[in-house]
Amino acid sequence: MAILIDKETRVLVQGITGREGGFHTRQMVAYGTQVVAGVTPGKGGSDFEGIPVFDSVAEAVERTGANASVIFVPPPFAADAILEAEAAGVPLICAITEGIPAADMLVVVNRIKENGRSRLVGPNCPGLITAGQCKIGIMPGQIFTPGPVGLVSRSGTLTYEIVNDLTRAGLGQTTCVGIGGDPLLGTRFLDVLPLFEEDPDTKAVVMIGEIGGTDEEAAAEYIKTMTKPVVAFISGRTAPPGKRMGHAGAIISGGLGGPESKVNALTSAGARVADSTTQIPEFVAEALSRTARA
Amino acid sequence: MKLHEYQAREILAKYSVPMPPAEVAETPEQAREIAQKYGGDVVVKAQVLMGGRGKAGGVKLCSTPDEAAEFTASILGKKLKSIQNPEGMVVERVLVAKRVDIVEEYYIGILLDRARQQNVAMVSAAGGMDIEEVAAKTPEAIAHIPVNPKWGLWEYEVREGLRKIGFRTDKIGAMASMVRKLAQAYNAEDATLVEVNPCALLSDGSIVAADAKVSIDDSALFRRPQWQAFADDAADDPIEAEAARRGIAYVRLDGNVGVLGNGAGLVMLTLDEIARAGEKAANFLDVGGGAQAERVRECMELVLMDERVQAILINIFGGITRGDEVAKGVTEALAKLDVKVPIVVRIEGTNAEEAREILSKANLIAAQTVQEAAQKVHELLSA
Repeated sequence: MAILIDKETRVLVQGITGREGGFHTRQMVAYGTQVVAGVTPGKGGSDFEGIPVFDSVAEAVERTGANASVIFVPPPFAADAILEAEAAGVPLICAITEGIPAADMLVVVNRIKENGRSRLVGPNCPGLITAGQCKIGIMPGQIFTPGPVGLVSRSGTLTYEIVNDLTRAGLGQTTCVGIGGDPLLGTRFLDVLPLFEEDPDTKAVVMIGEIGGTDEEAAAEYIKTMTKPVVAFISGRTAPPGKRMGHAGAIISGGLGGPESKVNALTSAGARVADSTTQIPEFVAEALSRTARA
Repeated sequence: MKLHEYQAREILAKYSVPMPPAEVAETPEQAREIAQKYGGDVVVKAQVLMGGRGKAGGVKLCSTPDEAAEFTASILGKKLKSIQNPEGMVVERVLVAKRVDIVEEYYIGILLDRARQQNVAMVSAAGGMDIEEVAAKTPEAIAHIPVNPKWGLWEYEVREGLRKIGFRTDKIGAMASMVRKLAQAYNAEDATLVEVNPCALLSDGSIVAADAKVSIDDSALFRRPQWQAFADDAADDPIEAEAARRGIAYVRLDGNVGVLGNGAGLVMLTLDEIARAGEKAANFLDVGGGAQAERVRECMELVLMDERVQAILINIFGGITRGDEVAKGVTEALAKLDVKVPIVVRIEGTNAEEAREILSKANLIAAQTVQEAAQKVHELLSA
C-alpha cells in the first residue's frame, strides 16, 4: 500500500536532459522507479539513456501512459512546466525546483485547486519516496527501508537525518513526503495526514515542521481527529523574527509563524512533540508498541 | 529584498499613487535646494533599511532650507543605530519630502496570506502604529480584503471591507482607489510587501501615502533587472551583503558559534541544538545541495569574517552533497586561512567514511551526532 506512489507509478521527468534532471533520473532508475519518459521542448524524438524524450507533456502522457511527473526545470520556466503537466492531466506533479517567483506559484496553486485533477508536491522540495518501491525526486534512497512509519516534512536534509535515525533504530517507512520549504505549496501537512490516516500499512506518523506560516497549526486541528499516533518536530526554535532561514517559507513575520504556537497547537492536539531529533525514534517506537497492544 | 523608501516611491509613482512631493539628496547642498523648492517646510529622512529609523534620529522636521542642509550634513556618512539594528547602518542619502498637514493616519498593507494561498489587502483606521499590535489587541479594527489571483482587487471590494470596519464614509472612495493602486503595484512588480504606514488624510481632504515600504520577491529578481544590481547592497549587514554577492544563504545572528551546514532545515536544527547546549550561534549558513570543495572553502571564509566567532560547528548530512567534497573544502580552507578557532565537524551520509579519513589528518574535533557536536562546542567555550 503506502501512499501516493508505488512500484506501478509511471514517472516522466520534465527537464531530463539538464544536469540535475539527468543525474537524478539515473538515481531514480537505480532505485527501481519506472521512469517511462522525459520531456525537453525541442529535443523530442531523442532519448536519454534509453528513456524516450518528448517535446511536450501531453505527447509523453499519450505515448507512455505516465501518471506522475517530476520537474527539474530552472526557476524562470518551472511554473510553466507545472502548468503544462496540469493541463495534460498528470495526476501527481512533483516540483523540485527552488526559487520559483511567488507570483507564478500563486497562479499555479490556485489553478490546480480550481481544476482539481492534479496534486502538486512542492515546489522547493526533495520529492517523495515509497520505501523499496518508488522514488520521485532527490532523496538519498539508501537510507530508507520499508516499515510502518509515514513521514511528512517541510525540509530535505533534516528529513534525511531523521529517516537515517529511524532506519538505524529498525523503524522502517511506508512513504516519506517532502512537501517543500516555500510559502506557497501545492500539498500541505493537512493534505498528507488524511492519506496516512487511511493507509492500512502506516501505523504511526512523523511530521517535521519548521518556523513560518501556520500550516502546523492547521494540521493540529486534523490531528485531534486521527486514530494513529503522530510524533512531531519543529525546527528553527531559536530563529529570530524577520529573518529568512534559508527556505523562502521559514520566516517569522507579522506576528505569525513562531515556534511556540506550533508546538503548543500540536501538543494540545495529542501529537508528541520532540525537543530534539534524537528523541524521535524513541517516541515512534513507544507509539508503535502502544498501538500494537491496543 | 527590501527597497529604500525613495525606490518604493518610484514604483508607486508608476501606478499613480498620490504621495507628498519628495526628492533624494546625496549632499547637504542638494537637500537645501530641494527644501527651497518646497518652501522650507520639509521632512528629511535617512534612507537606511532598518526598523526604528525615527527613534534612531534618522528623521527630522525642518522649517528652513538651512536647517535641512544642516541636518543632512550631520547624518550623511554616519552610522544610525537602533534597537532592531544595534550594529548600525551608514546613511548614504536622504529623502527630502514636502511637509504635509496630516489630520488622520491609516494603515494599508498588501501581502501574501499563506494560509489562504492568496494575496490580501489589510486596511486599518489606526495608522502610524505597529500593525501587529493592532492585530493582537483589536483584530476587528482591520479589514482583510482578499485579492483574487485571477482578476485582482477592485474598488467595490475595498469599499465593502472598509464599510464593515466602520471606516469614515466620506473617505471610503479615496481609500478604495489608493488600495487598488497599491494592489496593482504589488501584482505587477513582483512585490512580497507593499505597505503604506501612515496613509495620511490631509487637511485639504486628500489622501496620500506619507511613507512607503516595498519588498521585492528575491526569486523574481531575474526578471527585475533594475533591482538585481541593487540586491547585493540591500542586506542589513556587511557579511550578509558579501554572502548575497557570492550567492550563499547566510544570516547573521548574535552568538559566537559559527555554523556551516547543508539544507535549511538541518542548519536550523544545528542552531537549535547549539542553543540547547547553552551556546548561541553566530550565523545561519546553508552551503546548498551538491556543494563542491571550492564552495565549502568560500563558506568557511564567510563564517570567519565575523570576528565574534570563537568556535565553528560544521554539520553535514550527505545526500547529493558528498561528505568527502565538504571535507576537502574544509581542509583547503584551513590551509589557506589562518584559522585560530576550534572546529567541530560532524559528517554523516554519502561518503562520510572518506570524509572522516580526510578530516582525521587535519586538526579538527570529530563528532558523531549534531547533539554531540553542540556539546563539544559548549565544552570548548566553557573551558
